[in-house]
Amino acid sequence: MNIADIRARIDLRFPEFSLNVDLTIPGCGVTALFGHSGSGKTTLLRCIAGLERAPGGQVSVAGQVWQEGETFVPTHQRPLGYVFQEASLFPHLSVKSNLEYGRKRVDGSDGHKVSLDHAIELLGIGHLLGRKPDRLSGGERQRVAIARALALSPRLLLMDEPLAALDLARKQEILPYLERLHDELAIPILYVSHAPDEVARLADHIVVMEGGRAVATGPLTETLARLDLPIRLGEDVGVVLDTVVAARDEKWHLAHMEFAGGRLWVRDHGLPVGHRARVRILARDISLARTPVTGTSILNTLPAVVVDSVDDSHPALTLVKLHVGELPLLARLTRRSAHELVLTPGRLVYAQIKAVALIG
Amino acid sequence: MLLSEGDLGAIILTLELASIVTAILLVLGTPIAWWLARTKSWWKGPLGAVVALPLVLPPSVLGFYLLLTMGPHGPVGQFTQWLGLGTLPFTFWGLVVGSVFYSLPFMVQPVQNAFEAIGERPLEVAATLRASPLDSFFSVALPLALPGFLTASILTFAHTVGEFGVVLMIGGNIPDETRVASVQIYDHVEALEYDQAHRLSGVMLAFSFLVLLALYAWRPNPKKV
Repeated sequence: MNIADIRARIDLRFPEFSLNVDLTIPGCGVTALFGHSGSGKTTLLRCIAGLERAPGGQVSVAGQVWQEGETFVPTHQRPLGYVFQEASLFPHLSVKSNLEYGRKRVDGSDGHKVSLDHAIELLGIGHLLGRKPDRLSGGERQRVAIARALALSPRLLLMDEPLAALDLARKQEILPYLERLHDELAIPILYVSHAPDEVARLADHIVVMEGGRAVATGPLTETLARLDLPIRLGEDVGVVLDTVVAARDEKWHLAHMEFAGGRLWVRDHGLPVGHRARVRILARDISLARTPVTGTSILNTLPAVVVDSVDDSHPALTLVKLHVGELPLLARLTRRSAHELVLTPGRLVYAQIKAVALIG
Repeated sequence: MLLSEGDLGAIILTLELASIVTAILLVLGTPIAWWLARTKSWWKGPLGAVVALPLVLPPSVLGFYLLLTMGPHGPVGQFTQWLGLGTLPFTFWGLVVGSVFYSLPFMVQPVQNAFEAIGERPLEVAATLRASPLDSFFSVALPLALPGFLTASILTFAHTVGEFGVVLMIGGNIPDETRVASVQIYDHVEALEYDQAHRLSGVMLAFSFLVLLALYAWRPNPKKV
């Protein structure tokens, strides 16, 4: 365990609900706490923040003990930022005063890593400073709340479904800002969500929660490709890959996305060369061939190695895990096809990818 | 002159009493309301009931007990005598003590409702923004509960102006000491001075109506949180 890691051991028991986790979360990047409502994600976040008391629990962040044995650092003394699900701005204060509320209470000796101006600029709220919260849209309010938490220069930013109360348009308005946080700031973020698209877009690591337990935890790409507990990111199982725009084909309006295992053509959404973007490939959109196929409409074919396979949800289907270079892919085939192709581990195949979705 | 000197003195005394009682109850009632609004303790029920007692109790009952407690043989009376202050009944400050008890629910209940309406969330938010509990009480809870405080203060003030039974029991009828407007009117009626009773009653009626008008017409709308 790295000294900069975040550690949380919580054991809470109520008659109708229990939370029992022992987690070590990397002290950088975005970690998604993903699961259905009632799976304990929010309670876990509240325990880490000290808003909920879990007797006997243990919480430490970057080497600082927040809770252990008799020690319980009250919330207002923990160097964290917290973004609540619903708008939580103080209605009696202007946007500017809301932003300053926490900041002026922070002990400056720790050094302000994030300046107020930077936070305002990152969230694009400079033009709202003089307004009262009731004069803001839902999306604007949430952006102010995020900036307010950031301006504290927290050691850990906790976000409890910050987009759940917003409609799709407002959500799309905020997601780019969250990506900027991820790219530009070195603050670890714990991001609670039940929305697959947010997780696919933002998370580096994922903790899958179910019934008060963490059933899977690890880097996003590898965890999504686990065969022992296929994690549906919405409609289907699949993987998410980090890619960079390597080239653009103006004639055909395509972009060539490069990742550690190769290149993929996607529709050109106007992203400049060098821009980082994620792509999602669903298991049902991959078919396999033993030899390179010519004369096909499919643009993306990648050589891959079979790692393993398991039975899928229907007896006719099987889920095959592949490696393209270091990166995993999942493919759904009929068992009959898998049998005829003799997909034993180690076999080289050609993965034909019918659809690649660019996400953010 | 519309009002006699005695009437004017009674009105001034009444306003003085109501102002002091309101001020005392703001200080005393706020922590009680805060505790009642936020506690999960078993004692919430009993204490809430005690605070509400003056709403249903005949003022004479409250006055009777206060008279006994503060009188020369009561525990409070003995204490005040030991302090060299004499006894409280039939003094202005005795009236203040009685009125504080009598008007307690009018301060505590609106403020408690206002605190309850704020809910837990703004205080949690304040805690995540480094505000200690005391800090967030003053910087978040009080400003958000301001309309409740306004209502409570007006009600307390007006209710103290209107009290009669408790005054009669523990205040008596001493000019410029305990003879408040309500008692003065009673005196006028007993003496068959209907003209004077009319005038003073008219003043009280107009005052009460204006206070309530202010309360109902200009009360700020509760802010959306």
